[in-house]
Amino acid sequence: MACFLVSGAEAVVVKAVEKAEEKKELKRIESGDVSVNSATIPLSRKLKWLFNLLLGGAVLLAFEHVWHGEVVAWFPFLTAMSDPADASEMFHEMATVGVTMALLITAVWAGMCVTADAIVKRNASDTASNEA
Amino acid sequence: MTLLITVFAAVISTVIWYNRENDDMKLGPLLFMYWGASIMWFVDAIFEYAELGAEYFAPALEDIINDTFLGLSVVALGLVIWVVRLLILDPKGKIGRILIRDRKTV
Repeated sequence: MACFLVSGAEAVVVKAVEKAEEKKELKRIESGDVSVNSATIPLSRKLKWLFNLLLGGAVLLAFEHVWHGEVVAWFPFLTAMSDPADASEMFHEMATVGVTMALLITAVWAGMCVTADAIVKRNASDTASNEA
Repeated sequence: MTLLITVFAAVISTVIWYNRENDDMKLGPLLFMYWGASIMWFVDAIFEYAELGAEYFAPALEDIINDTFLGLSVVALGLVIWVVRLLILDPKGKIGRILIRDRKTV
């Protein structure tokens, strides 16, 4: 009914965190912080992956809801909002399906980050051993 | 069916992204979009399976056709979003060159 809104809301929060993190990283680079090295993936880049996953999924799911007539172009935009019984069912769906979707995407992203860090470390150690 | 079509689109776009020689085509957001939608529809499928049981795997022909049409439309929408973004970002500078050339000839 409106499960995509949960992921959409998380995407907005993630974008805000990503922008703040980007500023911090830029400041650290400008100040010549030695802890920033090229062998790690910046958090802002990882957050961009999460944002793309969440927003991309939410946009395509929103299209599905338009397809099924659950999202309309006029106020209140969600057909379920016009009836209190439908609205409560919609909120229940958001709390169950919507939250599970957002959690699974975040879990997949966390797995992706761990794997990506391992790949970068492996490549860095391979390069170092080849040079030695 | 929508889930299946989106998963295929995600896998194909990932393979194309992996074999790319440079990032000129800006494929990253396209595959994230398809993977994000696939995960979300997967969750939707689990909840539907919990509700319907084995009946979930025996949909009516009309539902299969509708879902196939929806899946293909979703893939098309993803491609349209990606190509519009590509033209706006214009990583090869082709659009910019065409617009400057057209301005000189007009």
